[in-house]
Amino acid sequence: MTEKLVIIGAGMASGRVIEHLIEADPAAYDITLFNAEARGNYNRIMLSPVLSGEKIYADIVTHDADWYAANGVTTRFGAHVTKIDRGRKVVVSGGVDTPYDRLIIATGSAPFIIPVSGKDLPGVVTYRDLDDTNKMIAAAKPGAKAVVIGGGLLGLEAAAGLQLRGMDVTVIHIMGHLMERQLDPAAGYLLQRTLEARGIRVHCKGATKAILGDGRVEAVALEDGTIYGADLVVMAVGIRPEVRLANDAHLEVGRGITVGDQMQTSDPSIYAVGECIEHNKQLFGLVAPLYDQAKVLAKGLIGEDSAFRPVQTATKLKVTGCDLFSAGDFADAPGREDIVFRDPGRGIYKRLVLEGDKLVGAVMYGDTADGNWFFGLIKDATNVTPMRDTLIFGPAFQGGAQADPMAAVAALPPSAEICGCNGVCKGRIVEAIGGGAVTLDLVKAQTKASGSCGSCTGLVEQVLAVTLGDSFQRATSQPMCKCTDHTHEDVRRFIKAGAMKSIPAVMQELAWKTVGGCASCRPALNYYLLADWPLGYTDDRQSRFVNERNHANIQKDGTYSVVPRMWGGVTTPAELRAIADAADKYAVPMVKVTGGQRIDLLGVRKQDLPAIWADLNAAGMVSGHAYSKGLRTVKTCVGTEFCRFGTQDSTGLGIKLEKLLWGSWAPAKVKLGVSGCPRNCAEATCKDVGIVCVDSGYEISVAGAAGMDVKETELLCKVASEAEVMEVVAAFIQLYRENARYLHRIYKWVAKVGLDWCQEQVADPVVRRALYDRFMVSQSVYQTDPWAEHARPSARASWGVMADLALEAAE
Amino acid sequence: MNWLDIGALEDIPRQGARVVKTAQGCVAVFRTAADEVFAVDDRCPHKGGPLSEGIVHGNAVTCPLHTWVFSLKTGLAQGADDGAIATYPARVEAGRVLLDASRLARRAAA
Repeated sequence: MTEKLVIIGAGMASGRVIEHLIEADPAAYDITLFNAEARGNYNRIMLSPVLSGEKIYADIVTHDADWYAANGVTTRFGAHVTKIDRGRKVVVSGGVDTPYDRLIIATGSAPFIIPVSGKDLPGVVTYRDLDDTNKMIAAAKPGAKAVVIGGGLLGLEAAAGLQLRGMDVTVIHIMGHLMERQLDPAAGYLLQRTLEARGIRVHCKGATKAILGDGRVEAVALEDGTIYGADLVVMAVGIRPEVRLANDAHLEVGRGITVGDQMQTSDPSIYAVGECIEHNKQLFGLVAPLYDQAKVLAKGLIGEDSAFRPVQTATKLKVTGCDLFSAGDFADAPGREDIVFRDPGRGIYKRLVLEGDKLVGAVMYGDTADGNWFFGLIKDATNVTPMRDTLIFGPAFQGGAQADPMAAVAALPPSAEICGCNGVCKGRIVEAIGGGAVTLDLVKAQTKASGSCGSCTGLVEQVLAVTLGDSFQRATSQPMCKCTDHTHEDVRRFIKAGAMKSIPAVMQELAWKTVGGCASCRPALNYYLLADWPLGYTDDRQSRFVNERNHANIQKDGTYSVVPRMWGGVTTPAELRAIADAADKYAVPMVKVTGGQRIDLLGVRKQDLPAIWADLNAAGMVSGHAYSKGLRTVKTCVGTEFCRFGTQDSTGLGIKLEKLLWGSWAPAKVKLGVSGCPRNCAEATCKDVGIVCVDSGYEISVAGAAGMDVKETELLCKVASEAEVMEVVAAFIQLYRENARYLHRIYKWVAKVGLDWCQEQVADPVVRRALYDRFMVSQSVYQTDPWAEHARPSARASWGVMADLALEAAE
Repeated sequence: MNWLDIGALEDIPRQGARVVKTAQGCVAVFRTAADEVFAVDDRCPHKGGPLSEGIVHGNAVTCPLHTWVFSLKTGLAQGADDGAIATYPARVEAGRVLLDASRLARRAAA
């Protein structure tokens, strides 16, 4: 008698099992197929084109009613199986028993619902099957707002589909970059840029707090306070295997239904296949391994030997215009090396990860033509050492002995494009060189090659070298660091011109040669970005030097110094008591008066920093930023208030200036002095900015130095009122913030740009006001006491040790 | 191997580090931009700088005191500097950071 095979779930895996079975031996089993959805097997991968309107349901049906009938499969669509009775070997649906000899569980997965309030409101949907898709299509009125929670593969496909249907779409993603399981930050950035260019808003690092609405969804609120209006909310944060039936039947279940290499569960007559299973502790979500499982299971059912061995899988995003590819394992790990290729002009990023002589991972964005070739190398564990030098250029460059990168340039045809920005081909450059353009600058002047983004500079130089031979000398402008060929000045120019707003963006657009920069370029980039985009860029704490990250100066023994701000050097008995109490309480080894008229508590342990600052905050004191590339102190003398020589209220003006400027970041430290008369007791004339009061007003001088170099300030301008002092000083510091190279003090920067130019800028009332206004915009973000945040009890744990194993290790 | 759970991956900032105290000194546990973890001595062989406070770039860290750069994979100083820091087995499982306690103990005994 023919054995009875019952299958629960008509998905892609079980559909493939049936195909294989029928192909091998149509008479082997009497098949009954249950499906909770009221339809048969369709290609779920193609739901995204259905959502976007590029396909309709009929296009994606794999098996229609005729197919099942023709192949003798009994179908029970729309019928929920409620129980598996292993004792009687039946499945129960609608109170009716269906007996089986062998059973396949293919229940797939269920979408994960984040447990926030409002998750059950009408208008909140998941993205899993055709019903979900139809719900989204029904809600997708042009101009209506959709919020997609989850920036993974599925979420982004939903977002793109809804956007194509005319919705205003926002994607909220909890991680720092999109598709973090498949992409590294650089490729994630490019993907985000592509989506944003299409009009999809992307909010990374966004944790959903609640879904709001009265009777129906109206908005999504995030932990950071952002609220997005929403007529439709799609939850696409992940899936989990659907194991309820298996659990109830007391089969062995981990995260998924546990199966062996033959897809057999803990009951030998029950099998499981697809997204609901767990094999060697691994879950499966992509289609390729599901098909492999189906093949193994079908073979097993007809008595052939076979075993499931998961292989590496590759990912592509099915969003038109987003060309990305990811395969294998591209996480950093011991013994691994990267080969990176970036072409900013065309938005291309390729990264290959090598382990020993094998390729183990590949991430590509923009040009994925070679993806399958790389995937083949990964799967076959090919030894790539012989072609390593040209590996990243793909199969077209393999074959010959082209190990010399110069040879690759030499081999390029004259029609090959060298400069993508200006459309300059190799032939044009060679022609210019033949006409006498024998340096990079001449080639740039005559052909525009490398004149825009500059990322092809190296290639242009190689063309020069190949064409001219040994007579070519490379130019030597000092690059920012070993990670790039660009100078600091060029990088600043590019950031503004290209509206680059993140460190990964700069590294991609300017073709950084390393994956994550270095300790030299990262703080500089972080500063340039926060100075240029105070509102659009979020300060990256991990790109800051330890002192700025911990808001305290690290000392040679790893302890820190704590310096509260004393406005203009003026303090009170209450503040002094609070400082003395803090010094006692935290056993501060040394209390010292600084050169900037305040008090330094030296030798504080890192874990005590939040607590000592909480005490100082409670007494009304804020960080003195004694550690910062930014505004440090405003040193004052006593002025007219007490001094018999004072001409103006220098103390009061110093306090006003410090209250205006504190908290601002700058390329290097900024120290001010305000003296009440030309006797200059505040030593204002060796400060970055010095004000000397005279009877008729205020002399503002700049670019002094009293460190490695000693230099007297030079007069910037003379003004009559305190209000003018404030505006000129803020404008001048903003000019410095916007233009100087990172770590250059004001005197070095002024020497480069010229005092005349600075004078012209601040003399023009329109320019001066605009500079002042931009400074104030920045202050609206950055003029905050860092310790107000870090000293909060909830933030304190992160300042201590993560774990103390001292006792365990000693045992 | 005796893997010991020392905390959640999320407790370590990306491109940052946290310190684990052992009987013989501190171990810095780093988390890279790619969410790999590495455990090394929290002490620069040059002048004893706390490496956990350095800037993390790729799989390397730069000492905050005098900018020596160490590979977190091999523990070797990079570039012209000559030196090494001890490295310890570390891994992430289900969002938890695990250190090999047997290695740490051996270190303590040594």
